[in-house]
Amino acid sequence: MLLDVKNIAIHYGAIQAVKDMSFTVEDGEIVTLIGANGAGKSSALHAISGMLRPSAGDILFQNESILKEPAYKIVQKGISQVPEGRRIFANLTVLENLKMGAYINKNKSQVRQDIERTFERFPRLEERKDYRAGTLSGGEQQMLAIARALMAHPKLLLLDEPSMGLSPILVQEIFRIIRDINEDGVSILLVEQNAQLALAIANRAYVLETGKILYEGEAKSLLLDDRIKQAYLGG
Amino acid sequence: MYFVVQLLNGLQLGAIYALIALGYTMVYGVIKLINFAHGDLMMMAAYFALIAMAKGAHPLLALAISIIMTTVLGVLIERIAYKPLRKSSRLSALITAIGVSLLLQNVAMLIWGSGAKTYPNLQASLPSFNIGHNTISSLSIITVVLAVLVMIGLYFFVEKSKVGTAMRAVSEDMEAAELMGINVNHTISATFAIGSALAALAAFLLCAAYPQVTPYIGAMPGIKAFIAAVIGGIGIVPGAMVGGFILGIIEALTKGFIPSQYSALSDAVVFAILIVVLLIKPSGIFGKVQGEKV
Repeated sequence: MLLDVKNIAIHYGAIQAVKDMSFTVEDGEIVTLIGANGAGKSSALHAISGMLRPSAGDILFQNESILKEPAYKIVQKGISQVPEGRRIFANLTVLENLKMGAYINKNKSQVRQDIERTFERFPRLEERKDYRAGTLSGGEQQMLAIARALMAHPKLLLLDEPSMGLSPILVQEIFRIIRDINEDGVSILLVEQNAQLALAIANRAYVLETGKILYEGEAKSLLLDDRIKQAYLGG
Repeated sequence: MYFVVQLLNGLQLGAIYALIALGYTMVYGVIKLINFAHGDLMMMAAYFALIAMAKGAHPLLALAISIIMTTVLGVLIERIAYKPLRKSSRLSALITAIGVSLLLQNVAMLIWGSGAKTYPNLQASLPSFNIGHNTISSLSIITVVLAVLVMIGLYFFVEKSKVGTAMRAVSEDMEAAELMGINVNHTISATFAIGSALAALAAFLLCAAYPQVTPYIGAMPGIKAFIAAVIGGIGIVPGAMVGGFILGIIEALTKGFIPSQYSALSDAVVFAILIVVLLIKPSGIFGKVQGEKV
């Protein structure tokens, strides 16, 4: 098992965002957490990447607890996050953004190779490499955010709402890229409001509501499940 | 000729302001805190160098000792006083910085007394030149050249090095930087270390020109350097450099060209410039007008 989230609870002050939530990601899988706004999807991701401390439960990555590790060490262990809203460094150049993604890699020649490989996958980023990242279009910024996270060679990639604010064509493109990355052997935990898209790409899914897991199962069977259809897929 | 001499005085003073202003601006850039204790840290640096020289150290060795001790002190202040407040409101941190400022002044008073201590006259041991009726000390030239070299080095460090780029990344989005595996605490410490080292250099150059140390010598240059940082655009490294020089030159020229009984007016001019800048372009000369983040 790659990731094992066990009975975590998360509080923001007096408000409980996540109650007793458990889920897993196996090697090579795409797993998605779907659910409405405020269901606790992003909070769960932040707990894994170390940006939030759960008040109860445990998180195991490759059978080792990462619960008490600071965020920057969790990156070293092999978990990278593409945060909601992309959060690229707008005043840094595209190239500098990629270099920051490779911050934990001390091997300069490997970083250089990784940047070349990134440019093969995202030719648009190469054209814009010396521009400030803030000048990129929304789709380009999302690609940069994903490329930046990949620079750390993660075993598990956490994606928080990658379709947000993008046109349908760009969303298709981003999801094609996500599948591509997965085929290269990177496991993926995807948080999405667009449940239809997420279920179409994922192996397994967890449906969240008000901080709890309501249903879980194979993504394909959830796509056909009447309860899910009604609540999340627009009938 | 008199004008050139005053201009050189201004450049000398400006170089010192710029070195201090860099500490303000780098810290503000990374953690959005106006570190009001920065001027007083510079005052501590002056005492450190003074003690080292009193114990017989060569001035350059005393400078090195002062830089090391000030750097350690600056990093400790961040760890003890500011780090616990990183997630609190910016006002809490600002008030804490004022508290640290008063603390340093009083600690200095407790240890070294409130009277002025005389700094060794380093200027006298350096050659000077006569141009017409005016004397130019080589200290002025050394100060300006040294400060400019340090600033160029700092600029390339921030723009080109990995740690410098990480500083800019942290400055822009601390959480995203952490998600890249950047150790934000180390980056912030590095920022304070650099700012403190520059303050120690500034203290040494200031006391070489005005050889007197009191627990209050940090206050006025500290405020003026802060103004320099605001004029240049707070958070922007080249802005602090340019702001420092502008302020130094204006101050020296005001002092040089108004009757000496009104020389206190030069401070008023400096503060008036701050008000004008805040009215016309609050983001400073190099500042970008930033929209609110959604």
